[in-house]
Amino acid sequence: MTPLLQVEGLSHYYGERAACLDISFDLAPGEVLGIVGESGSGKTSLLNCLSARLRPSAGRILYRSASGEILDVYGLSEAKRRWLARTEWGVVQQNPRDGLRMTVSAGANVGERLMAIGARHYGEIRASAESWLERVEIDRNRIDDLPLTFSGGMLQRLQIARNLISHPRLVFMDEPTGGLDVSVQARLLDLLQRLVTDLGLAAVIVTHDLAVARLLAHRLMVMRQGRVVETGLTDQLLDDPHHPYTQLLVSSVLHP
Amino acid sequence: MTGLTGYNFAYLDEQTKRMIRRSILKAVAIPGYQAPFGSREMPLPYGWGTGGIQVTASIIGADDCLKVIDQGADDTTNAVSIRRFFARTAGIRTTTRTRDATIIQTRHRIPETPLRAGQILVYQVPIPEPLRWLEPRDSETRKMHALSDYGVMHVKLYEDIARFGRISTSYDYPVLVDDRYLMRPSPIPKFDNPKMDRSPALQLFGAGREKRIYAVPPWTPVKSLDFDDFPFEPQSWDQCCSLCGSGVSFLDEVVIDDQGGRMFVCSDTDYCQDQRQEALT
Repeated sequence: MTPLLQVEGLSHYYGERAACLDISFDLAPGEVLGIVGESGSGKTSLLNCLSARLRPSAGRILYRSASGEILDVYGLSEAKRRWLARTEWGVVQQNPRDGLRMTVSAGANVGERLMAIGARHYGEIRASAESWLERVEIDRNRIDDLPLTFSGGMLQRLQIARNLISHPRLVFMDEPTGGLDVSVQARLLDLLQRLVTDLGLAAVIVTHDLAVARLLAHRLMVMRQGRVVETGLTDQLLDDPHHPYTQLLVSSVLHP
Repeated sequence: MTGLTGYNFAYLDEQTKRMIRRSILKAVAIPGYQAPFGSREMPLPYGWGTGGIQVTASIIGADDCLKVIDQGADDTTNAVSIRRFFARTAGIRTTTRTRDATIIQTRHRIPETPLRAGQILVYQVPIPEPLRWLEPRDSETRKMHALSDYGVMHVKLYEDIARFGRISTSYDYPVLVDDRYLMRPSPIPKFDNPKMDRSPALQLFGAGREKRIYAVPPWTPVKSLDFDDFPFEPQSWDQCCSLCGSGVSFLDEVVIDDQGGRMFVCSDTDYCQDQRQEALT
C-alpha cells in the first residue's frame, strides 16, 4: 500500500541545538503511530514539523492527498498548506486552550473549519456542529456555552470535534490526555479509539504515557535526545524492548 | 474667507501631500487593500479625524467645495471645526449641502442624498483592520488578507446569531470589496452599507493613528457578509422622521424631556432640511 505520509531525513535545529535528527518513517493510511520518549526528547518539535507548523531545518515530508497527488508539504504555497491543514488534517494540542477560541461559543468553535472552507448556511453549520458535539459526548444544549465554562476533559473533546468536523484523513495529537484525571483519561481514550476506528483515521500521537500508547498506537517510535532509538509494533516493543533506553522506559512504569 | 499666512495651502506641506497621494493611488488601484502611509501629527487628537483630514488635505484643490458631517449632522463641533480648519488653511468654499459639495468628509454616516460621479467621500477611520478583534497579531492578519483567509469573520457572525438570533452587528459591518479584500467600512451603520455598493463617487478611508489608507473606487461592488439563511438586513424603523416625515432615512432617537418623551429625527440634517423645504413649496 502506498504510504499516506513519507518522512525523509527530517532534522530540526534551534540554533546549535538539535531538536530532532535525521528522522525517517512512513505512515500507512489508517495507521496510528505513537511517538514516545521522555520530555525534552524532541517529540513535540517533530510533531510540529510534521503538522506543517514548524519548517524543519532539513529533510522533507511527502503527503498523499485525497486526490492521490503526492505533495511536498513544505514545497507547497502557504495558501495550499493552510488549506491542507484545515481540510485533510487535524491538530489536537496538549492544552485545549491553545487549540480553541475561548471567547466564542462551543458551536462556533466546532463550526469554524466549515466556515473557513466556505460553508455559508448557518442552519447546516449548526446542525453539523450539534451532531459532532454529540459524537464526542458533549450535550447538545451546551452548544451556545463558552468553552470557559467547560471542564478539562470536555475542552479536549471539544477540540477533537473541532478538528474532525472537516473529516480529516490524518490527525496529529500532542499528549491528548495530558492533565486529565485517570477516569476522564479512560473515557477520552475510549472515544479516541472509537473515532479512529470508525473514521479510518491515520494518526500520529505524541505521548509520554506508555499506557496511552499501548491502547491507541499500532506502531511505536521511541525517541531520545532527538533521535529515534527504536521502532516496532506496539506490543512487540513494549513487551520485548531491545534498546537499553526503551527497557528503562518500560521498566519505569508503575503497576499498581 | 481668506487663508491664513504662514501655512501651506491646506495645512500639510507639499512633500507630505505627495506621499499621501501615492498611498491613495495605491489604495485606489487595489480596492479594499490597506495601504500604509506616514501619518503626520495633526492639530487635533487621534480619534477626531486625523486620518480623514490628511486625506482631504492631500486631495483638496482651490476650486473644491467641502462638506463635513459628523453622525450625519453638519452642525456638530467636529464637523464645524474641520470645515473651518479648511476654510482658513485653504481658503476654499464650504457647504452643508450634499449636492453642492465636491468633497465630503464624514464620520459615522453616508449622506442620504445619492452621491454622483465626481464627488469624493472621505471617511475617518478609527480601526482599519476588520480582523483585529479575532486575530491580535498584525503579521497574521496581513497574511490572512494576502491569502483571502476570511473564514474567521463568519465565526463572529455565527456567534451573533447563536446569541441573539440574528446578526446583531449594527455598525462597522464587514464587507467584501470587489470579491477580494475584507474591509471595515468605518463605524457607519449597516443601514449605509448598500450605499457603498457600486457607488458613482470615489470613497477614500483614512486612519491616522493606524497609518492606513484604503479606498473603494467608483462602481466597485461591495458586498456585506452574511449567511445564506440569515441574509444581510439593514436597520428599519416603524416611525417616520418627526420633522420632515421621511420614512426612508436613518433615524436618531432623541430624548426630549425627563418624562420618557422621545422623538425620531433624520440623522442627516441636510437631507431633513431639504425634505422640509420641498414640503413647503
